[in-house]
Amino acid sequence: MKPKIAAQSGTFESSDVIFLIEPLPDNSGRKLEISSTVMQQYGESFNRIIVEMLDSWQMTDIHLIAKDKGALEPTIKARLETAIKRSLEQQEGTL
Amino acid sequence: MLNSLGREIPEYIEGIGKLEPFQGALAKLRKGWMDEPTIPAPNRAYLPHQSKVCKSLEEAIIRSNPHNGMTVSFHHHLRNGDILLVQTLNILHNMGIREITLASSSLNECHDPILPYLIDGTVTRIFSSGIRNQLGRAIALGVLETPVVIHSHGGRVRSIHTGKIKIDLAVIPASAADCEGNATGSHGKSAFGSIGYAVIDARYAKEVIVVTDNLVDYPCIPLSISQNFIDHVVVVDSIGDASKIATGTTRITKSPMDLRIAKLAADVIEHSGFFLPGFAFQVGAGGASLAVAKFIREKMRDKGIKGSFMLGGITSYCVDMLNDGLFETLFDVQSFDAVVSNSLLNNRRHIEIPAALYANPFNCGCITNKIDVVVLGALEIDVDFNVNVITGSEGYIRGASGGHSDTASGAKLTVVVCPSFRGRIPIIKKRVHTIVTPGETVHVLVTERGICVNPLYKELEENLRRAGLNIKEIHDLEIEVDTITGIPGPLEYTDKIVGIVEYRDGTIIDVIHQLKERV
Repeated sequence: MKPKIAAQSGTFESSDVIFLIEPLPDNSGRKLEISSTVMQQYGESFNRIIVEMLDSWQMTDIHLIAKDKGALEPTIKARLETAIKRSLEQQEGTL
Repeated sequence: MLNSLGREIPEYIEGIGKLEPFQGALAKLRKGWMDEPTIPAPNRAYLPHQSKVCKSLEEAIIRSNPHNGMTVSFHHHLRNGDILLVQTLNILHNMGIREITLASSSLNECHDPILPYLIDGTVTRIFSSGIRNQLGRAIALGVLETPVVIHSHGGRVRSIHTGKIKIDLAVIPASAADCEGNATGSHGKSAFGSIGYAVIDARYAKEVIVVTDNLVDYPCIPLSISQNFIDHVVVVDSIGDASKIATGTTRITKSPMDLRIAKLAADVIEHSGFFLPGFAFQVGAGGASLAVAKFIREKMRDKGIKGSFMLGGITSYCVDMLNDGLFETLFDVQSFDAVVSNSLLNNRRHIEIPAALYANPFNCGCITNKIDVVVLGALEIDVDFNVNVITGSEGYIRGASGGHSDTASGAKLTVVVCPSFRGRIPIIKKRVHTIVTPGETVHVLVTERGICVNPLYKELEENLRRAGLNIKEIHDLEIEVDTITGIPGPLEYTDKIVGIVEYRDGTIIDVIHQLKERV
């Protein structure tokens, strides 16, 4: 799937992460810009979670910016899922 | 050689000398005297009515025999508003002075502009209680050839009067001073309260410059610093950024996490067996520590308990408790907000004390020896209760030893308050990166997830269990937190030592290795 609209979720607060998604032209693949204050300690798992989630949603032609300030795994997953659903205009309820 | 906490300490370091390994918090003090002699302070002579006033800081420095390899000292009572340290080093740099030893009682973010001088050899050695921001990063990455020496506030006094730090020039900013150099921080537009850390510098430096933006008619009272130690007086437009020196009152945190930790810590204190009439109390000014004072204040009122004194970094909150009659006296070595200066000046039960009286271990007893309860923070704590307050999770130097180990060693009850993790990084470790305060002087750790009592203090644990508090074994809490955060990947270090951490008695409790720059 490819994003329909630009979307974001999360905050710049400590222990949170912010995700920004933009659609790219067809056949652009994925462009990821990932940064984290705990890259040294948790970079590997942070990158892995993002790639796995994008894979499971089969996201393509997507520009994803992630700025992490030490979010826990469940927070990372919830924020990214929200950003993806918003970009696909699948938001329901308070999403 | 290994010290008693199992840290590898070299026997000798070029530029510093022979090192003595830490052997236990009171090991050196037990014998009742110190082998290190007190060095004589320099004698100077002035003629009657000779003028000490210089037109500029530069002129005063020229008169103070600046030379290569000199040691220059400062106090950090202006906190992040200080501008004179940078100005002084600019002047010395422009004169071509090199290989300076910088001996500031602490270093803050506002001192970042001196970083080029570490790179170009103007400054080659540093003694300080704290180092932060760009300087802390650069030093951790190895900018200096000689390791920096981190000391406690009490340890600094010892280092000066035993000649480990030989000060050639002390620059002492004061918010009020007279033409003879009598000086204070308790009034004036740049008032910063107590000037306690600078007293030893004035006593021992070969040349002493008092810098003020508020020259008052002779005599300037109170004589926090007295004229018989002052060589030169300089009047400038401003000694610092008033908005960053001291403003208003210190507010209690609104963070629910900090408040929860503080509430638990207050419960611990209440049931510890040390919450008794006449108790002596110290809290830090940071987040959860200061909030503990709020809950203790309520408990003191409810139970009708009146304390003896509060010590240390004094905030407006301590002043309120003094004025409420909850404590008899404040001993103030460092004041944290503008309201405090006023109280220090006007209330005779609010007493300014020098660092030597506050925390120096090498005398007939400092006031930290009289503390019943102290509440302290931590960057990291390990399962042996050793505390790190100097290196951050990213490996940089980003904190201060301060009075942490001094007060912990003196208190009957040392309570460390911190969240169990911060920004995903667990705070409870198997082994802290750098030990500043030894675990034997830490009685209890309070986190939002539970309270851990040092197994050395069985009676305390019984008291707290009897009160129904949530006591956990520290190893269990460490594992619980790791499960939530995931286990962080390790940082990488080289063999080069970039910092040594002195315990208050001058023995070496730990060393800091050079961090490998992340790619």
